[in-house]
Order: sequence, then C-alpha cells, then structure tokens
Amino acid sequence: MADTGIGASVRRKEDQRFITGRGHYTDDLNRPGQAYAFFVRSPHAHARIKSVNTAAAARSPGVIGVFTGQDVAADKLGSIPCGWGVTQKDGKPMNAPPHMPLAADKARYVGDQVALVVAETYNQARDAAEKVVVDYEVLPASVDLAATAKKGAPVIHDQAPNNVCFVWGLGDEAATKAAFAKAHHVAKLNLVNNRVIPNAIEPRAAIGDFDTGDDSYTLYVTSQNPHLARLVISAFVQIAPESKLRVVAPDVGGGFGSKIFIYAEECVVTWASRKVGRPVKWTAERFESFLSDAHGRDHLTHVELALDKDGKFLGLRVDTTANMGAYLSNFASAIPTYLYGTLLQGVYTTAAIYCEVTSVFTNTVPVDAVRGAGRPEATYLIERIVDVAASDMGIDRAEIRRRNFIAAIAFPYQTQVALQYDSGNYGASLEKALTMIDYAGFEKRRKEAAGRGKLRGIGLASYIEACGIAPSQVVGSLGAGVGLYEAGQVRFDATGNVTVFTGSHTHGQSHETTFAQIVSDYLGVPFEKIEVVHGDSGRIPFGMGTYGSRSLAVGGSAIVRAMDKVIAKGRRIAAHLLEASEADIEFKAGKFSVKGTDRAKTIGEIAFAAYVPHNYPLSELEPGLDETAFYDPANFTFPAGTHVCEVEIDRDTGVVAVERWVAVDDFGRIINPMVVAGQVQGGVAHGVGQALCEAAVYDKSGQLLTGSYMDYCMPRAGDLPSIEVDTTVTLCTHNPLGVKGCGETGAIAAPATLINAIVDALAPLGVKHIEMPATSQRVWQAIHSAS
Amino acid sequence: MPTVSLEVNGKPVKAEVEARTLLVQLLRYDLGLTGTHVGCDTSQCGACVIHVDGRAVKSCTMLALQAGGTKVVTIEGLARDGKLHPMQAAFKEHHGLQCGFCTPGMIMAAVDMANRIPNLDEKTVRHELEGNLCRCTGYHNIVQAVLAGAKAMRA
Amino acid sequence: MHDFRYHRPSSVDEAVKLLAGKSDARVMAGGMTLIPTLKQRLAKLTDVIDLAAIKELKGIKVEGKAVTIGAMTPHHEVASSIAVKKAIPALAALAAGIGDPHVRHRGTIGGAVANNDPTADYTAAVLALNATVKTNKRSIAADSFFKGLFETALGEGELITAVSFPVVDKAAYMKFANPASRYAIVGVFVAKSGASVRTAVTGAASCVFRCAPIETALAKSFAPEAIASVMIDGKDFNSDIHASAEYRAHLVRVMAQRAVAAAA
Repeated sequence: MADTGIGASVRRKEDQRFITGRGHYTDDLNRPGQAYAFFVRSPHAHARIKSVNTAAAARSPGVIGVFTGQDVAADKLGSIPCGWGVTQKDGKPMNAPPHMPLAADKARYVGDQVALVVAETYNQARDAAEKVVVDYEVLPASVDLAATAKKGAPVIHDQAPNNVCFVWGLGDEAATKAAFAKAHHVAKLNLVNNRVIPNAIEPRAAIGDFDTGDDSYTLYVTSQNPHLARLVISAFVQIAPESKLRVVAPDVGGGFGSKIFIYAEECVVTWASRKVGRPVKWTAERFESFLSDAHGRDHLTHVELALDKDGKFLGLRVDTTANMGAYLSNFASAIPTYLYGTLLQGVYTTAAIYCEVTSVFTNTVPVDAVRGAGRPEATYLIERIVDVAASDMGIDRAEIRRRNFIAAIAFPYQTQVALQYDSGNYGASLEKALTMIDYAGFEKRRKEAAGRGKLRGIGLASYIEACGIAPSQVVGSLGAGVGLYEAGQVRFDATGNVTVFTGSHTHGQSHETTFAQIVSDYLGVPFEKIEVVHGDSGRIPFGMGTYGSRSLAVGGSAIVRAMDKVIAKGRRIAAHLLEASEADIEFKAGKFSVKGTDRAKTIGEIAFAAYVPHNYPLSELEPGLDETAFYDPANFTFPAGTHVCEVEIDRDTGVVAVERWVAVDDFGRIINPMVVAGQVQGGVAHGVGQALCEAAVYDKSGQLLTGSYMDYCMPRAGDLPSIEVDTTVTLCTHNPLGVKGCGETGAIAAPATLINAIVDALAPLGVKHIEMPATSQRVWQAIHSAS
Repeated sequence: MPTVSLEVNGKPVKAEVEARTLLVQLLRYDLGLTGTHVGCDTSQCGACVIHVDGRAVKSCTMLALQAGGTKVVTIEGLARDGKLHPMQAAFKEHHGLQCGFCTPGMIMAAVDMANRIPNLDEKTVRHELEGNLCRCTGYHNIVQAVLAGAKAMRA
Repeated sequence: MHDFRYHRPSSVDEAVKLLAGKSDARVMAGGMTLIPTLKQRLAKLTDVIDLAAIKELKGIKVEGKAVTIGAMTPHHEVASSIAVKKAIPALAALAAGIGDPHVRHRGTIGGAVANNDPTADYTAAVLALNATVKTNKRSIAADSFFKGLFETALGEGELITAVSFPVVDKAAYMKFANPASRYAIVGVFVAKSGASVRTAVTGAASCVFRCAPIETALAKSFAPEAIASVMIDGKDFNSDIHASAEYRAHLVRVMAQRAVAAAA
C-alpha cells in the first residue's frame, strides 16, 4: 500500500484525460439545441443608461432573443449578494449596494453587463450585439483609489455616500498607542499592493439548460464551488429553488479564486435558457475575462512597526484603503478584513496590534479573492516593514526574525488579532531555508556578481496563513452568510470498488489522486479501485467548494469522517459474520479480524455482505455500505514557512532576473509530496508575477489599459528559475489528518520575498523601497534617481 | 459557404465553413476535437497549439480555409495504437500539468520543440516556451517534463 | 470577426486582380497581425486574399553579396537557414527572436515589412542593412520605404515580393522586449559595411528610424564606448505604461552599445 498511500508521490489519476485531449471543460460540452450568448458591455466606466434599443439586434440574422436590465427587473430577479457582512468601527453594518445581473439604471465599470443577445451561432450573437443601441449619459468616473472617498468624487452608489463601503478596525488601539509611546525605534512605510487579474488560462463559461419537462434548470459552469453557485442563484438571485437547479462544474481550467464567485453571466444564461426555451451557452473571450473576472488585491497601506532597543517588536499599526471595485463581489468584504487584519500577527510575538481598513468603491471591475486573498497583503506589509526595521537598526534580517518568532513551545498561541495558532515551528523552516540557499555565503556571491556588473540581492520572508477556511461558528460570528464545513460520501459497491463524493472541487489541485490515496490508506482498498467524484450538485450530497486552501483540511477530513462511519458499520457486520463481539473486532489494512485470532473478513467481503445481505444482522443494521459525513473543523489551519530568493539586476536596463528560489514550508502531514511541490511552485510563480510584472492599470476615465496579454504581463517559463522546495512538519492538532493546506502559500510568500531581495540588491545605492510590480522601468528609475 | 478539405489526425476531412471560421473552431465545433483549447484572443497563450504539416502553430490564428490541403495533428492524434506519445507520458510522470487546460498546447509545442532542437537544455526549453502560458505549475515541472520527453523521443 | 470572402490566388498577378477596385480587401501573408485584428473586430473586410499559395513568393537565395528572402518566407525558415546564418548572422538571429516558435512558423517577412508595425523587428533590419524592398512593380530602397506609423511607400495594388539584404561586414540586433507582448520596446540594429555604419531603431517611436548621432559616433570608432555618452533625443518617443520616452531613449543607447559589442 505504501506506494499509493499517504505520503507517496502517486502519479495522477486525472492526467490520462488531460494529456490525451479528453478532458471535459465547460466549453467542450454542448447541449442539444444549444444557442449562443454574447453580452453587451458598457464601454464607459460610469454612465446612466437612458435607454436600450434592441430592435435592430432582434432582427439580425439568427437572433433568438435580446434581454436587458429591464427584463431582469420585470422578472424580479434578485441582486447578486456579498456573503460576508462587516460591522463597521462605529457599529453600523457595511454599505452593501445591490448588484443586479444586468445593469438597468447605471453602468458602473467598463465591462459591466448591460444586455444579452442569444442567437443560433456565436458569430451571429456577436454580430447582433453590435446592433444593440444603448443611450448612455456618460458620468464622471471615480477611478483613483486614493481619491474615491474624498469630497467631490463622483458617487457610484446612492447606498454608499462618499463611496465608502466600510471602515473597520481590529486589535487594541489603545495598547498599540502605548506600545509606540515607549518604542526605541519606529519603522515606517507606505506601500501599494498592486491590483492583479487572476487569469486562469481557461476563460469562464456557462451553459444554462432549462428543462420544460420538469421545470428544472441545469447550469454547467466554470466554478470552484457548484453548490455555492446553486445556493446563490436560488436563494438570492431567485431563479429557481435549489431543488430545481443542478449545478455542474466539470473539468475547470484553473480558478485561483476567480471561479469562486457567482457572476452575472451565469445567472443570466440560466435565466435566459427558460426565456428562449433552449440551452444557452456563453464562453468568455479573454478580453471579457480581463473586464469581468473579479480582480484582486489593490491596497494602499501605511504601516508602522515599534521596536525596543534589541529589535523586539512592541507594536504594529496598519492603515489600509482597500478597493472593492464597482460592486461587492461575493467574498469581497471578507478579504481586506477577516483574511487580512487577522493575519497581522504574522509569525511574531508583536505585543500590540491595531489595524484600520477603509474599503471603498471605484468605477472598476469588482475586486475579490485571488490566490492568497488578504494573506499575501498581510505578509507583504509585515515582511517589508520587518526588513525596513532591520535595515534602520542595522540588524541582520534573519536575526531580527529569530528574535521575534513565536517559540515552538508556545502553541497554542493566542494572537492579538483574534486567531489561535495551533502548531508551528517558524525557526525550523527559516534555518533550513537559509542553509539551502547558503545565506552565510551570500556576500561572496554579491561581490562576484558586482564583478560582472550586476547588482545581486537576497531576500527572505517568513509567512503564515490561516487556511482551511471554516469553523462555521467562527465565520458566522464574523458575518459570513453561510456555514463553512464540507461534505464527503464514501460508497462501496457490492464488488468492493469505492466511489468518493466530495464537495471540494478540483481544478488542478489533484483531489482525484490525493483523496484516493487517503481512502486507499485508511480502508486498505487498492488505489485503482477508488474513484473520486466532484463538481456536480446532482451527485454530491453537499459542498462548500474549493478556496482558502480548504479542500484537504476540510474536504479531506469529511471523507475521513465518512470512512470512520464505514469502518464502524463494517465492524458490526464483521462481528456478525465472524460471530464475535463487536468490541473484539479490529480493522487494519483492509481487514476486519477477531483480536488474537486469524479469523478475518476483508472489507470487500463486508461490502458484499452489506449489499447481498443473506447472512446479515438486518434487525439491527441497514443493508448497504455508503456513508456521508459533514465535517466542520474546530479552527483554521496555519501553514507557515520561509522563502528565500536571490536576484540579479541589470544596472543598465533595470531588468530583474530571479536566480534562485528556495521554499521551506510547514504543511503538516503531506499526502502526496509531488503534488504539494507543484502547488508551491505554481504559487511562487503567481507571486513572482505580482511582484515582478503583473498590474491592472486603469486610465483616469476608467478604461483598463491592461486588457489583454499584449499589456498585462503574465510570468512565462523564461521569467522563472527552478523552484527548490522542502518542508518541515508540525501537525495540525485539530483535524484527523494533521494537514494544513498548500495551494496559496507560494503566492503569499513570494511577493515579499522577491521585493525584499530587489531592495537588498539596490540597497547599496540607497534605495529603501520599491513598489510592485518591480518592472524594469521602475527599477531603472530607482537606480537612475539614486545615482 | 466555402469548403475546406484537409487531413486531421490521419483522416481526410471535408467541411463547409464560413470564411471567418478559425482552424481551432473547425476542430472544436465541427470535428468535436475539443482537446485543442482557446485561452486568449491575442495569439499569446498557446492553449490552441497544434501541428500543421509538422510544425507547431496557433490554431486560433489561422483560418480553417488556410489549412486546406494540409496535414493537421492535434493532441487527440498524438497517442498511437493506445500508447501515449513519450511527451505525453513525460508530462504525467513529471507532474507537468495541474488543471490540464494549457496542457494540450504545451505538449504539442514540446513535441515540436524536441523535433527542431536536438539537445535541449533547461534554458532553451524555458525560452522556447515563450508562446505558452501556464498559471498552475510555475513551469518548473513542465520544463522537467519537456526535457524528459525529448530524451525519450530520441531513445 | 466579421465574415468576408476568402481567396487563395496562385500568382501575384491574380492576387493584384482580386484586390483591384475593392476598397475593403486586404492581402494576407502569415496572418499573425491580420487575424488577431479581425478577431477583435478592429477591421471589417469584404475580401481576404491569402498569398500562401503563391510559390514565387517563397524561399531564400544567397547570391554574391546579397541575401534575398521571398516575401512569404516564414521567420522560422530565415532563423534556421544555414545560408543566412553564414551571410548575415544578425538577420537569422533577429528572425529567431520574433514572437514565439509558433508565430515564427506562420509569420512572414513580407507581412512584417508591409505592415510596418512601430514595434516590429524586421523593419530595423531592412533599414539598417540598407535592404531593397522588391515589389511587383519596382524596387524600393529602405530609406524611402518606411513612411510613418503603419505607413509604407507601397501603392495600391503593390505587393512585396522579396526583400534583398546586402551582406555587411558586421551586424547585430538587440531587442529590449515588452515583457507582456514581447514586441520591441526598443530594438536597435547596427550594421557596419566598410566605413559606413547604419543604425536603425524600432519600438521607440511611431516608425522605425535611423539614429544619426549613433551612426556618426560609430563611424569614427565602432566600439560600445564610442556611444557611451551619445545623447538620444527622446522627445518624440513613445511613452506608455511599459516605458516612458525617457526610459526608451536610455534603452536605445544601451541596446546600441550591446549590439555593437555583439556585432559579428
């Protein structure tokens, strides 16, 4: 079993279909009689919609239907909700303006959905869309994050005066003030967390399919959480009750957060399929992805760190303005608050922390979670200000971290910002990473590079994240509109095969393999006899989906709980078959045996008995071997670690080359090291992209200047080095697997690591900070200004 | 409507298409070969890479009519007699894919690369992947897979 | 994209006839620019005339002191041509750096030169190497071919058939690529032939241009140091989110120095 069980680098079950071109992504699916949709989008960042004339479009060849915001209103569809309430500093609820699936009164960003054209072919729909005449009264747009809440800025929503969504505080303001008052030194920094666009390589797509026969809908959609989509489209947008809506998320080509959310397009095509009496398919062109996938990050922050004379952190003060874009996306309000403020303890014993976040609306695409979501922002500011403090005080950057780490013996550790860390050993991963990269020998390498005319720098970041996003009661107390557990079902068939149904969706994370490894390991069933099913609300009992690195910690644990039930039932069946007392039955390596004897039944035999119950305790037990569990964990999990990288900068051009990258992470127990390394490497690349080249840039009028791959720079293979990965282990103390979560850590650790290295390379010139992305132009400018 | 005749994965194909039909649309919608993907509209992501007359091209930047008379191979045509192409096998062995969406284009690009360049090294592979974007893997394992696949192709 | 009529003539004459009298007809070479443009509905054409079947437009000839490349020769063929690598290695190297491998299999020199994109690579080679653009009507010297933003000396019904590059003593092209698109933010092609030095700059302004201060300095001394303090006037340079005019002006000098150092 060892070669396919927990801890083995098992090659993936899902690969066969992907490497042979037999995957089934949403756009690969076609429904009989399917029509095609194209959305008319606002070309203006802010405009009153005076009228929409659809007559010419309706007459265009092949057109089946044209729908506007007025049609949506007439059918009384509901608003797409934000699922997380935030209570403001003054006790009031946040301002949450409505977000209708098609805009009727105003368009609030370039790309806002204004009308839908449905036609026989995609080209006909797109041809006709050009004939929809929208009479816009163009309004001044509020685009600048720093200015949108100021007096005189154009107001985007009547419900949000001054364009403020909320002002939120966390921590002890008075204690923090006192800590600063006794500081030996205060390090200060203004920084920007740049706006990024998620860019899963598969564009979003949806097929709405209304069945007139039973008055039910099926939605095929590029989703990370089909059950959540069902809930929102049913309970909030009110298209159909959950019992009449099946949501299928087939193979999904990457999510990175962007496919968590329930977007206008999938609501509208679901609704429109009934209106036209045909399945309606929509697939985004990449330009639409840029204009309508929720963007990420976009913070302006002032941070101050108070230190004593030995470099111990006394207090941290953070003031952030966070961009929500034009509407509140489903998780938007949670990102710069519960997933950000609560992480400001980092891995340090900082005695007092206070953070205040002002979240604002602008005439830009809605902003929500992108890989890391809040936690990269927290890590970035902590790890930057720690480096600034080290530089100010002349303390080595590794040493200042050592002096402030939460000690390995201090767990569970109650932070100043609401979380309780269950386990960790931050020094262990730091030391391992420093050894791997030969931190001690760096100055020699810096000199050698200087000889070649290059500026070499080294940077490190010790991050922590809270993931396995769950405890329902905790998130409920914070304002979440839903519970955050996960469901898992483990079903034997009569011949001993196992089908696992999970509410976690896999779109690159490898659940079909790793979950099968867990089941194989626990139940002693051969790996090949286990199938993992996900992504279909019609087949899976329930689910809350994949985000916040929660699949293994929450979804995997649910499967373990279901297996516990299978084993418990199997034990009773075995006791009956082996004529022993239940207490004497032990289960090991796929066999139920009577303690101290060689009498045993394999779990396959037990399954057979359960489905062919001729000799079976029917008076006490139901037949069948099929168990479901919901798992709601006691806490988040807290992966942590240290990344170190080295860069070389070309003085003449400002080009930054990432020369080496070392990641040492603590993910608790690891199910499949190959898969985990892949997750880390992908996350690092995503973070390197943010730090080095990715930026969503708007002009003053609200036009997205980086609306294609011609201007939005995605990291390519040549921009990255090999990424060296290793781990340290402290087990999660509260889930049955001892696992933590690994999908986001790379994106969380990388921006701080890389910028710290770049600033280190430029430090000899007197450069103290450089904003992300550190493009060649920005770096050259810094060199140019310094020299 | 104009007609186009070509060979796809070893079989002759004839189809009526609008002149504006892209080769990738012919493959995906008319022929049902959905392994070739579309990830962008500016000819950059490489999810649509196939082979036309033995050379890697972006099938989203070619009209179906331009492919008249050519021999096209898509990801579906790479495995022979139920046996994976060495490059496909290498992608699996080295975990060179996660969500799988960029994978067909990556594999087709990698086979072309290995055909053109006899002694691939890491730096060359990274440079040659300039026309293929992946958001999942950080490219690390893709590079390992291409190197291993190229070696296996020569064996 | 909008629909159009597709034609595939087998001779230049036939192509020209198809073009005649149609104001919204365009010839298509590799289609690497035209197809994305049509896909994004930035152009609406009645007729697309595909030159791919015209055999006379393809191929590379090295004769005497000139390399002649047929208009429909893809970048990959130029990049991998042993004859080109031997005669003008800088030209093969430039072709090897256009777009990506898949684009190089389709994109052609004729298309690139006729389109005269301000960020294209080939235009710099044509101008710096003092090439001759051959059309179905005449031969046009490089210095009078590029007229401005996407503008050339090509008249109505005039198609590029080949570009002929004289062999020079030394040449090199250095590109500073846009990290997103990989087009040139600045590309500098330097060519030395006897006492004459020609330098063409692409990416920096609205059209490829020769850089007199660099040429003068290099004519005196063909060494990177010779242009270390040359001032590049960037007042008419492009300025965008990727590079300011000032940065581009700086890069022109840096790329020119690197090209001189690399010239072979």
